[in-house]
Amino acid sequence: MIDKHESIIIKTISRILAPFVQLYALYVIMHGHTSPGGGFQGGVILGASFILLAIAFGIDEVKERFAERILTTFTSMGVFIYGFIGFVCFVLGANFLDYGILPVVEPRGMGMLGIEIGVGITVMAVMVSIFYDLSTYE
Amino acid sequence: MNFYQVHFPILIVSVTLLFSFLIPVFGWWKKKLCYPLAIIAISISLFSSLIVANRVLYHGPIRYYLGGWEPPWGIEFYIDHLNALMVVLVTSISLLVLISSKKSIEKELPDKDVPFYSLFLLLFTGLAGIVVTGDMFNLYVFLEIASLSAYALIAIGEERAPYAAFRYVVLGTIGACFYLLSVGYLYIVTGSLNMADLNQILPNLYHSKVVLVAFSFFMIGIAIKMALFPLHVWLPDAYTYAPSPVSSLIAPLMTKVGIYVMIKIMFKVFEPSFSIEMLPVTTILSWVASIAIIVGCVLALAQVDLKRMLTYIMVAEVGYIVLGVAMANRNALTGAVLHIVNDALMMACLFLIVAAIMFKLGIRNIYELRFLHRKMPFTMGAFTIAALSMMGVPPACGFFSKWYLILGAIDANNWIFVAVILMSGLFNAILFFRVIENAYFEPAYAHDGGEHIEVSRDEAPLSLLIPILIMAVGIILLGIFSGKIISAFIQFIVPVSF
Amino acid sequence: MLEFLVGKFNYYIYIFLMMIGFYAMMGKRNLVKKLIGMNIFQWSIILYFISIGAKKGGSIPIVEGLSGHGAHIVSHASQYVNPLPHVLMLTAIVVGVGTTGVALALLITIYKKYKTLEEDEILRKIK
Repeated sequence: MIDKHESIIIKTISRILAPFVQLYALYVIMHGHTSPGGGFQGGVILGASFILLAIAFGIDEVKERFAERILTTFTSMGVFIYGFIGFVCFVLGANFLDYGILPVVEPRGMGMLGIEIGVGITVMAVMVSIFYDLSTYE
Repeated sequence: MNFYQVHFPILIVSVTLLFSFLIPVFGWWKKKLCYPLAIIAISISLFSSLIVANRVLYHGPIRYYLGGWEPPWGIEFYIDHLNALMVVLVTSISLLVLISSKKSIEKELPDKDVPFYSLFLLLFTGLAGIVVTGDMFNLYVFLEIASLSAYALIAIGEERAPYAAFRYVVLGTIGACFYLLSVGYLYIVTGSLNMADLNQILPNLYHSKVVLVAFSFFMIGIAIKMALFPLHVWLPDAYTYAPSPVSSLIAPLMTKVGIYVMIKIMFKVFEPSFSIEMLPVTTILSWVASIAIIVGCVLALAQVDLKRMLTYIMVAEVGYIVLGVAMANRNALTGAVLHIVNDALMMACLFLIVAAIMFKLGIRNIYELRFLHRKMPFTMGAFTIAALSMMGVPPACGFFSKWYLILGAIDANNWIFVAVILMSGLFNAILFFRVIENAYFEPAYAHDGGEHIEVSRDEAPLSLLIPILIMAVGIILLGIFSGKIISAFIQFIVPVSF
Repeated sequence: MLEFLVGKFNYYIYIFLMMIGFYAMMGKRNLVKKLIGMNIFQWSIILYFISIGAKKGGSIPIVEGLSGHGAHIVSHASQYVNPLPHVLMLTAIVVGVGTTGVALALLITIYKKYKTLEEDEILRKIK
């Protein structure tokens, strides 16, 4: 079991740092298709921010705010975004995952961006849920 | 031409992937919905695979470009006669096993049915993806999806399951990493990952050492995955201690899909002349396979547990098919591909029967199966039909595939292999008659005592019984119609130069 | 001869790492050490793939300053580092992480059941 850390420096610093880590993770996801980065990398950093909070404050507190049920829903939601974009291309007449046919400005870039967001959400949920499973040992 | 006729190859794989992630969401909300959702997903895949197979029969191979990018830049799904046969086999056996798994899961793993159905669909996605894809790295991804789901599913089982699953994890990862290495070497030297494209580029490079090393790494990696003789040590433990519906799905299909990958890359990516003449691969494989047949049958004789005996028989069956591939003439390859289809059906039927016996009696010891023919007559009838097919008795399908294998061995002028195949038929007869004798005939002392124990009919539930009976009828039908299957599918698979 | 030894140093490093991982998987008796050996084995292959994509004096494979249909303006593809092995290895890293997660969960189950992680003690308890 991971308990709350006693030192007040660690608790305060992780509370201050966590939003910045998440912002950086979102930046890495969004810039995946034109610079180094992408869905998996951003998702891992996003998950790492929650794991940082769990290590500093104890796993029970984080589980209160981010329950396992919501994690499972996030896992599925990311895959559904991926499948939804794929099937929209399918329905509109082109092959699966053929972004050129989407009715938005700059279709190939926006299609890739949507897929990366889906992958990022799934990877974040999976990283946090692996951490939950491995650290609850009765 | 028609919209709906073009897009079915992707439906085979993507629908089950999405449903596999839908089931945990529904599991938190309403548990009863998981089973119907899984059946709907695999039914859609079965329907798509039948339409695709129909189209391949009448129009020739299908190519489907993912993302609209043409090969060699994009990933493609390439379905020709071998793929069509395998995908129909994988989807139909998965649907039958899924129908029968409901009662077993309720009895053996009462509170783990939501993860079971989700992982089941993910395993099916991996297996279906392996047989449909036409890109080397995409095959690695699907292979790992199937393997990871298999590791997790096996570990849910009984007492010794987690340790057996851990050994399977370590060995399976080595196999997949060797496959990845071979793909890497081929990419360095040719610059392409597409199977059809590699077939065009590679003939100029057959003398280079990189291609030789790539082929060797590939052979060893895929031999670990399909449990060829010296590398089969993970198989008995992992399949015996898995829960019954899990082993009914994984046991017939995972090794056969591994053999399909070997056939495809030996004959469709590398030219047959490379695999036979430049490297003595086929000679080595044929001797290893014949040793596998003998060792599998002999080790099965020593087992008392019914399921463990079946896993050692599986090692021998893999030996049959690899022997057929390695003898490399028209009859032997026809026998090998026919044996893939027959063996998957026979093994699925046998493992489902073991699941039914486990459900009703809770035991797997051969010597405790007395009076089973009065208790579960239909189940034991199906067991007898499957056993006759394994021994090679007509009109069951096992006879026809062994017939072609023996013809192929005679064509190759190798009488040792003929003797091996015939002897293993004898071994199979001994193995199965032990069980049939214990189940059907009473020992002599029961009559001497004068008592006649009355045993009532307590047949397995319908959802377990109907797939078993469908498969038993299918074994006989496949035997009768095997000529049609050969003329429709298999004669296009065998390379023209044989 | 010198070219053979020094020019292909990435091959030597990857083979060395792979053999370390292989020995750890086969020779060590603790299950966690076997898992770490499997990890080293996988990462060595990933390192190897990335090393073959590198080029002397190559630049990052991103087309600068063009948005939308920049694809037909790209020229001199030999100036850029090959991006395809990087993409393939991203997938392989994800597969490695997934396998490590599954194996660690299995180890926790084994520990709960047998209270030890040494292979010979587990085999003794099974028998």
